[in-house]
Amino acid sequence: MVIYGVYIVSKSGGLIFNYDHNIPRVETEKTFGFPLDIKLEYENKKVVVVFGQRDGINIGHVLLSVNGSPVNGRTTDDGKDVFDLISAKENYPISLKFGRQRATTNEKIVLASMFYPLFALASQLSPVPKSSGIETLNADTFKLSCFQTLTGVKFIIVTDVNMQGSDVVLKRIYELYSDYALKNPFYSLEMPIRCELFDTSLHTLLELVEKSGTANL
Amino acid sequence: MTIHNLYIFDRYGTLLYYGEWNRTKQSGMSREEEGKLMYGMLYSIKSFVAKISPLDPKDGFLNYKTSKYTLHCLETPSGLKFIMNTDNQAQNTREILRKIYSELYVKYVMRNPLCAAGEPINSELFKTKLDAFIKQAPLTAARAS
Repeated sequence: MVIYGVYIVSKSGGLIFNYDHNIPRVETEKTFGFPLDIKLEYENKKVVVVFGQRDGINIGHVLLSVNGSPVNGRTTDDGKDVFDLISAKENYPISLKFGRQRATTNEKIVLASMFYPLFALASQLSPVPKSSGIETLNADTFKLSCFQTLTGVKFIIVTDVNMQGSDVVLKRIYELYSDYALKNPFYSLEMPIRCELFDTSLHTLLELVEKSGTANL
Repeated sequence: MTIHNLYIFDRYGTLLYYGEWNRTKQSGMSREEEGKLMYGMLYSIKSFVAKISPLDPKDGFLNYKTSKYTLHCLETPSGLKFIMNTDNQAQNTREILRKIYSELYVKYVMRNPLCAAGEPINSELFKTKLDAFIKQAPLTAARAS
């Protein structure tokens, strides 16, 4: 039972809480000879692998460092353009490090607001009457479970595919939310949750679930 | 164990085929509009899944479940999308979608010179074969064995 992340989305679709539990780090460093046998492209201010998946370097991975110096946008730390570096033969052999890009806070906010219409569309496109929105979404690498309260707040957890009893975990998070966030006089509704007690009790809950499952919640 | 309906989209988002078996709620819009909405939702789900996934996805999105129905998605490498809505108890639906693709679509649409690529399928043969296939689909076989 691995929980990758917890998201809480307010009823207007804004991300009010997000916590990354333990997302595995996918990184590979490899020394290349000339010419480079993978195709790189510059998109969204990142240098991305677009073709030539091999040795753990997959399409969509981002270039993290060149010869140990980290890459920012398309330049390395010492101000050299990455594409100049890899097209010049005298720079070889060259050591490149690639990894899967993690979502930044801004991207997470975008993702949270993306889930909102998906949830609504799922109930609108339903072939049977009175359907709710998305409750669980399965992909090959993760499972997303969502619980919407009567007041419209959505609790979302992203777990591994074999996770059982995510609904119990979600209800427990809802309990924590109502105990520590809603009863906090300094918390205003619809605003990001910054309550220390909520954070610590959520961590305890997630650790408990990872160690001993959801049976004794 | 029921199959509600089935959509087939090509890689440009054209609704190639729509079949309906046990649908009790209509969406209140034309089929064309509904197809666009469905494709738009899938497209967003696909990019959502790619971004939120903690590891590198291979097949990506498989299915989602609501309180009343489950939507299953199969995307072929050529970009064809097979979408099937069933109830929540249905089993081995991926196998069924794969069969619809390999045994029905390839056989009666791809190999039919009168079915133009990228246009809605109007082959009667495909329709009857699909109907027959859906009616005998073993949605519960996995659980029994």
